[in-house]
Order: sequence, then C-alpha cells, then structure tokens
Amino acid sequence: MTLHATPAPYRGPAIEAEHLVKRFGEMTAVDDVSFAVPQGSVLGLLGPNGAGKTTTVRMMTTLSRPTSGTARVAGHDVISDPDAVRRSMGLTGQAATVDEFLTGRENLRLMGSLYGLSRREMTRISDELLERFSIADAGDKVVKDYSGGMRRRLDLAVSLIAAPRVLFLDEPTTGLDPRSRVELWSTLRELVADGTTLLLTTQYLEEADQLADRIIVVDHGRIIAEGTPLELKDRSGAAALVITVSHAHELVAAQALLASHVREVHVDPGARQLTAPVEGLADVMRVARVFEQSEIVLDDLGLKRPSLDDVFLHLTGRRAESEESADDQAAEPAAVMEEVR
Amino acid sequence: MTSTIGTTAPAPAARPIVTPPGLASQVRTHVWRNVKHIRRMPEMLADVTFQPVMFVVLFAYVFGGSINAGVNYREWLLPGIMAQTMTFSCFVVAVGLTNDLNKGVIDRFRSLPISRASVLMGRSISSLIHSSIGIVVMAGTGLVIGWRIHEGFTRAVLGFALLLLFGFAMIWFGILAGSALKTVEAVQGVMFTAVFPLTFLADTFAPAANMSPAWLRTVAEWNPISSLVRAIRELWGNAAPLAPDSALPLHHPVESTIIWSVALTLVLAPLSIRAFNRRTSD
Repeated sequence: MTLHATPAPYRGPAIEAEHLVKRFGEMTAVDDVSFAVPQGSVLGLLGPNGAGKTTTVRMMTTLSRPTSGTARVAGHDVISDPDAVRRSMGLTGQAATVDEFLTGRENLRLMGSLYGLSRREMTRISDELLERFSIADAGDKVVKDYSGGMRRRLDLAVSLIAAPRVLFLDEPTTGLDPRSRVELWSTLRELVADGTTLLLTTQYLEEADQLADRIIVVDHGRIIAEGTPLELKDRSGAAALVITVSHAHELVAAQALLASHVREVHVDPGARQLTAPVEGLADVMRVARVFEQSEIVLDDLGLKRPSLDDVFLHLTGRRAESEESADDQAAEPAAVMEEVR
Repeated sequence: MTSTIGTTAPAPAARPIVTPPGLASQVRTHVWRNVKHIRRMPEMLADVTFQPVMFVVLFAYVFGGSINAGVNYREWLLPGIMAQTMTFSCFVVAVGLTNDLNKGVIDRFRSLPISRASVLMGRSISSLIHSSIGIVVMAGTGLVIGWRIHEGFTRAVLGFALLLLFGFAMIWFGILAGSALKTVEAVQGVMFTAVFPLTFLADTFAPAANMSPAWLRTVAEWNPISSLVRAIRELWGNAAPLAPDSALPLHHPVESTIIWSVALTLVLAPLSIRAFNRRTSD
C-alpha cells in the first residue's frame, strides 16, 4: 500500500569468496578459496595453524588485499567498495584488541563514536551489551584488571556495537577456559538466532561441530572438504561399538563373547575397553542383549560416531592439531568429540 | 507448554544506522582516547615533566656555574629545554603508534568505516597536547628559578607557536620511526641513541659557538634545534649576542626555524605515510 522508495533488502549470500588467492612472495597462503555463506547461518573455517584461515578473514574484512579473486560481504565487494563492507560487518581478531587503559564502557564508546552512533544510542546499546556479556559490574573498571575471559567477551561486545549483520570471528575462544568457552558459544548462538551471519575460524573441531551449520576444512591454503558436520563425519567411515568392562579379569571373556558377534575386536587393556566396527544402532542393541544374558559386568556400552578429528585424520593423513604442536596450542587437549550414544 | 506453539523467534533488535562521522569527529575520538591514556597513566608524562625538570635543576645548578652563555644562564637555558621537550614529541608518537600496531588496535580501526588518516591525525594532536603539558611545566619551573619573558605578548606567543610548529615536524619523524620499527624497545633504542644526543649537539645546553673541533660547531649550528632555540631566545629576550662567525641559520633564526620545519615536514610526511601504509598492508 505504502510505496516508499526503500531499497529491497539484500537477499543474496551474506558472505561470498570467489577464487581468493593470497601470496606472500613465494609462499601461497590462500590458494583459490571459494565459498558462500547464506544469511543467518554459521560457517566454520576449520584447519590447523598456518592453514590460511586468518589470511582469508583478513582479505574478507578489507585488512589485506587479495593477490587475485575477490570477496563480497552483504553484497559489497571488498576491493571496489571496502567502506560499504566495513559498514556492514564486525570483526573480532585473534588477539583481544580492546584498549586496556580504557574501561569496558569507554571501549564501547570509542568504537561506537567511530561508527557514528548518537550518544543516546551508544548508551542504550552499551548497557545492553555489557548486560548480555555479563560484564555490567565491571563496565566502569579499566580493562587492564579484566580476566582473559572478560576481555574476550568485551572484545566481542565491541564488535557488536553497531549491530553488524555479518560477524567475523578469528579463533574466538583461543585461550579461554572451558567454562568461558561454553558461555561464549551460547552467546554466539543467540546472535545467530537474531539473524546475524557468522564466519568463525577455529582449530577446535568441537567448536566447529557445536556452532557451524557448514564446515569448510582448509589445509595449506586450500579447501580440502566441505559439508555439514554430519556429512563430514559420515564421510570418514564407520561408527564403532565401544564396551568398557567393570573388572579387568573379565576382559578376555568379554573379548571372546564379542568376537563371536562382530568382524573384529580391538582391545585396550589399560582402559578395560573393547572397540569393534559396527553398521549402526541395530548391531549395538544385538550386542547389548548378548551381554545382558552373560555374567560379565559392564561400565559402559555405546556407539561412537567418528569425530571431526577422525575426519581430519581421514582427509589429510594427520591430526588437525599436530602441525604446530610445539607452540602454545599444545597445552590444549585435543578437542575430540565424544559422541557415545 | 502448548502456548509456545506458533510463537516466532523474538524480533531482532533494531539495528542502529551506521553513519560514519566526519573526519574532525573521528580525530576528536582518537584524541579523546589518547588523552584518556595520559589521565590513566600520569607516569606517561614523566618524559615531559620530571625529566626536563631534572635537567633544569641539573644544568641550572650543577653545570650552569661552569657554562658561559654570555647572559644569565638560567634564562638562556629554559628555551633550550623547551626545544628539547618539543623534539621529543616524535618519541611520544612513535611509542604510541608502535604499541597500537603491535596490539592489533590499528587493524581494528582499519576494519571500521573511518578515514585511515584520522588515526595518525589523532596521534599527532594528542602528542602535541602531551608536549604542550611539558612546555607549561617547564615555564612554571623556569619562573620559579628566575626565567622571564622580557618582550611583549605577541613575541611570547610567536615563540610558543614556533615550538609547536617544530613539534609538528618532529611528529612525522615519530610516525616514520613508529611504522618502520617493530617494537617499543627498538623505538626507545633509536630515540636514545639518535635523537637524544642530537638535542645536545645544538645550541641548547651549552653555546654551540664554544664547541670544538670546528666541524662539530658547524654541525651544531646547522642543527634545526639550534635555529629553534635561538629564535625563541631572541623572541623572548633570553638571547646572548650572536658570535659574528656563526652559521647562517642563526643569523635569521625565526625564518630558519620555519624553513626547517616546513622542509622536514615535506620530506618526512610522504616517507612516514608510505612506511605506515606499508606496515598496515600485506
């Protein structure tokens, strides 16, 4: 009825990469990477250190110029219209880049006024964000006195001050303790529920599995696999039946019993565990009934689906987090997804 | 339970309209941030407060008795210390810039829809504010130990204006050093081994005319800092009679200071902008 000349909202992909290439001298950091992220969805860019994840994000956020190829954010080209890209996206880099000599509130004000928000809007949004990220009490404290988790949350809050439709997060939970990590994940889910499109890089398989609708696995600057978490897991082969016996002395009997029902059995005496490849849940039920009728006491019996770590191993022939195991990432336990049902 | 059926997801919060502010407003925001830093860390001002005050005391009372400047040494000394403080503006800029570059703050600013120049302009202005605080402290200290401006208001103001002009030129050197050097330690190293001696190899603390060998005197007299010091001494009535065989710039110190400042800016500004752009692009 009302025919205002408002431009039609952009409905195309929120993020598009088109044959992105980045070379540093002889080294090719990103090698012909293309993908598209539909609005309101989450793409996980998964890969080990040095796979080219950060370089890809830097090109898509106008910080680094592609050697060739291009990218679009909310329909704007990063090369021909970088300012429009900057207006429509937020970026949280790998290191928390909040100003440690300002308070949390002042950090929000700094970015808010650079985005041109009015003071009233800024106060309203700052209050909301501080509340949402549970730093309201520390809002007037200098960031220097914040914990690592608080800094990370503030960092994310600062990226959200102008409520960007597209958010780039470069390893958002690196260096966080497990509890802060889970908290951040739930915040990110809320953002997505509000319609924000998310691209996050991570070397934690669990993180990609938890958050991403689609995952792109990168290695040496190239895309080596792409799909939903489930598709990727299915691709890496069969599920396994895992049985843990209660008493070590019953392990041999259990092994014999199991071996008569499945093709092969792998024994881990230290963990009192038996593993066997199975087709699916029906096999597990069948084996469960067999053990129910035996005298053997079990701690656990379940189906273990392949984890994304297995996927990575399957795709590249090595573990995702092995490449730079000498640096600080080594302290992080391999984020293997346990999915025992 | 059934009441949840049919309810839709909460409407997304209204997204504020991003209208990037004008350049002046961007610069003001950067200055606001840098001035906050000074207020949070008053020790940042040590280089323009305690240090020059210490120099005033050291030179006025320890060395002063043995230095023959041809006039009251304390009056002669004050413009020298002020010129040194202004020269150190480059140090303030360089450290601030290197810090921001290393901590990823510059990258964050670059991901915003703002002018790149606003970051550097904000840095420059706050560094001039920083140095000006030092000049005020120096003036106060000077008044206590007997320094006076003997000429009129206009010439007094002109002297301070020349200090600011020279400080502006020095800022470009700071941007160059801050962009080219990778760490704050490297910046401090360069500043202490290069800039610090340069402020002494001038007509600042001891008369250049007394320096020997002759080539050293020539270098000192052609040092832009000597022109600046001579200019403000003459403007404020703190100058000693000029030795007739002094180098050309000292015979026209005000003009020389302006020429030096403009020339340094013309040479250093493109170099420093290029270094900054190179550092922030890959």
